[in-house]
Amino acid sequence: MSQFILEMRGITKEFPGVRALENVNLQVREGEIHALCGENGAGKSTLMKVLSGVYPYGTYSGDILFKGEVCKFKDIKQSEELGIVIIHQELALIPYLSIAENIFLGNEQAKRGVINWNETIIKTKDLLEKVGLNESPHTLVGNLGVGKQQLVEIAKALSKEVKLLILDEPTAALNEDDSENLLRLLLEFKKQGMTAIIISHKLSEISKVADSITILRDGKTIETLDMKKDHATEDRIIKGMVGRDLTNRYPKREPHIGEVIFEVRNWNVYHPLHNERKVIDDVNFYIRKGEIVGIAGLMGAGRTELAMSIFGKSYGKKIGGQIFKNGYEIDVSDVSKAIENGIAYVTEDRKGNGLILMDDIRKNITLSRLNKVAKRFVVDENQEIIESEKYRERLKIKTPSVFQKTEKLSGGNQQKVVLSKWIFAQPDILILDEPTRGIDVGAKYEIYTIINQLAQDGKGILIISSELPEILGMCDRIYAMCEGRITGELKQDEATQENLMKLMTKTDRG
Amino acid sequence: MQMPTQKTMTRRSEPIEPKMQPFAQMMKNNIRSYSMVVALLLIMLLFQFLTDGILLRPLNVTNLILQNSYILVLAIGMMLVIITGHIDLSVGSVAAFVGALAGILMVQHHVPMTVTVIISLLLGAFIGAWQGFWIAYVRIPAFIVTLASMLLFRGLTMVVLKGQSIAPFPKSFQNISSGFLPDVFHGKNLHLLTLIIGVLLSVLFIWLEIRKRNNAKKYGFDVIPVTMFIGKLVGIVIVITIFSYVLATYEGIPNILIILATLIIAYSFVANKTIVGRHIYAIGGNEKAAQLSGVKTKKVTFLVFVNMGVLAALSGLIFAARLNAATPKAGNLFELDAIAACFIGGASAYGGIGTVSGAIIGGLVMGVMNNGMSLLGLGIDWQQAIKGLVLLAAVAFDIYNKNKAS
Repeated sequence: MSQFILEMRGITKEFPGVRALENVNLQVREGEIHALCGENGAGKSTLMKVLSGVYPYGTYSGDILFKGEVCKFKDIKQSEELGIVIIHQELALIPYLSIAENIFLGNEQAKRGVINWNETIIKTKDLLEKVGLNESPHTLVGNLGVGKQQLVEIAKALSKEVKLLILDEPTAALNEDDSENLLRLLLEFKKQGMTAIIISHKLSEISKVADSITILRDGKTIETLDMKKDHATEDRIIKGMVGRDLTNRYPKREPHIGEVIFEVRNWNVYHPLHNERKVIDDVNFYIRKGEIVGIAGLMGAGRTELAMSIFGKSYGKKIGGQIFKNGYEIDVSDVSKAIENGIAYVTEDRKGNGLILMDDIRKNITLSRLNKVAKRFVVDENQEIIESEKYRERLKIKTPSVFQKTEKLSGGNQQKVVLSKWIFAQPDILILDEPTRGIDVGAKYEIYTIINQLAQDGKGILIISSELPEILGMCDRIYAMCEGRITGELKQDEATQENLMKLMTKTDRG
Repeated sequence: MQMPTQKTMTRRSEPIEPKMQPFAQMMKNNIRSYSMVVALLLIMLLFQFLTDGILLRPLNVTNLILQNSYILVLAIGMMLVIITGHIDLSVGSVAAFVGALAGILMVQHHVPMTVTVIISLLLGAFIGAWQGFWIAYVRIPAFIVTLASMLLFRGLTMVVLKGQSIAPFPKSFQNISSGFLPDVFHGKNLHLLTLIIGVLLSVLFIWLEIRKRNNAKKYGFDVIPVTMFIGKLVGIVIVITIFSYVLATYEGIPNILIILATLIIAYSFVANKTIVGRHIYAIGGNEKAAQLSGVKTKKVTFLVFVNMGVLAALSGLIFAARLNAATPKAGNLFELDAIAACFIGGASAYGGIGTVSGAIIGGLVMGVMNNGMSLLGLGIDWQQAIKGLVLLAAVAFDIYNKNKAS
């Protein structure tokens, strides 16, 4: 039995209203690649943030042992000094700085505060060679693609003399070639004796590189498997991750599908800054009354861009194409026109784009259609309170009153406020962008129930989601998107994770 | 004056735990605005004591209103600008420029007063539109646009005045700032009309409050207990009575107070009760979210600056009338007084938070301090230094409160 380089014992971490981690144990052997698996919201990222000191000692309970010594990290700096380096899901590079500047940011090669650029450049070249990135150290990071940026992140980690590298969904945004390349790199580093923890949804990758695997579910450790000894097949891992009947996660619904209510034809959108870059390329799709339609795609496929460009041209330039509702062309040239025409867009970024966090629930719910609770231009606050109370009860927003500021609510309740806001606007078509991102399993089920109810009421629903099980579990019909194009359309009964994934990565033209 | 009494109703049918007493809840929600009222009262008491009672003498109370009116007018507009998350550094220069134009029209060209006032306000609107265009549509930061305008209009003021003052204005124009409502009842020692207006205001206020309360009851909301409700009414009526009595023992109600009161009521109403008011707060709270909710963010921002331009013009007219001259130096540093009034009155530098009544209270805090310190014979140098500290203290207090709350 080789020695454990890292042990996390009995880790419990709570957020207001949610217990994110409950008595979690993790043991990682020196020199292995250890995979951390679990559904979204199972607590993987939280656990890694505890480990790296993002959540400092004292905000969680339990012990962290690194090389047999108890660690009490106050911040990331302390964990990095020991060689624990985390690469987050969202890349933390500064686009306007060069590769070399980014790699040595916070760790500048300097004497008495004066940077030695020659040494910086030489070291950067060295690191870039190690990760197989053929770029000049002076290149601005903003000019690199996501795959290459990921490599810069890894080079940055290497520059810190990393002992334990943690990768949070490293391939989520990468295409197949780049993913392959990255995994090969990981195996290479393993040979040189580095230990790594990898968080990934892609089980095929895990079975390729991991030596052992710890499965989390609902904030608890379920099991740790040795890939070879335990014959951990993908099915075996899924069983551990899901743990319960898959069908239970999505409420049942009898679809009553009517006529086409919404149609988008020949939709083209260009990037707001780079005039020649086409972000949405000749997209056609339709939604029928009472139908839930899904759009599946990897990050960067253009799903959000498509939705926002439809919703009042909130994204992009040189937008071309036609939009029909009930067979008549409609004008969606700004957001208020889109709302008047019965379109609602529930954003993926509820804090940034969805809510006014400093305002209370009531004001947030009525904002998109204030004239519904106003006489002429004067808001009737009493009427407004009554209306927003209705939604609080109907959507089961857990809060003492509608005067609660939305910044104080949990993610699930915030999402319900955003949904309330758009249901209040009485749309016929709802576009839901990542409707359950970052909320816990119980609240997810409630939100699915609300979505089903809306479809039952005869509305047309479009769900954009990165979680394939969610798309498969909720939608009657699914479009796959890749690089700004619709690459395929599947009915619910023909769709599987595999064939969807194939369509989502269909990059070749024609 | 209308207090920002945020409603603290929860539905009666709902069993809510832990249920807060309405009063405690109300205090919690309004701690900031109430604490500034308390601070204002304390400052008044302090100077009342230090000046041996001169501060609240009828003559001085009237003076207080006259002295601060043009800053308060600016503060109202500035509050809306700050709520949307912007700033306007140009208002002092704009006020000066409009004052200069009014002087040229009325004194040199004998244009009638009404026409001049209308032209001046239109000019203000036009200047506001100029700034609003760059800020809302071209998206140049307001700090830069209004800094440019501050220089531009200060320069233009000196150009059109050729560096000299223009005076005197016709009597009718001076009356805007120095006139009083005539006493139609010809009281001997007391200005009877003022007292009657005071009584009418009290009655109106009581009627409005009772109507509001009944309305809330009709909807089944919790209302504050009867005893407290009556206490609140009595308190406000006493304040109105004392205030109108004090004014009545001097010359009565200044014309400018009527203008101010109208503006305060109108803008409080717009900010709190109307759709456009909501939109202004929403833009300051989260512009992106507001835009994605169908708020026409550019148009609303533009209009807020147009409005600021009109109020800056009004302020310039009031100042010129009070000084009875249009001078190149008019309005110097007004912008900073107006901005300070907003922040003392509870505005957030990040936008989305602030009330019109808060701006007025902030303006009065500054005004009372100016006046009190002048009465004490403190030099302008020390006044300035102390005001600076007060501004910092008020905002620090605000941030301390917010941190404590969360």
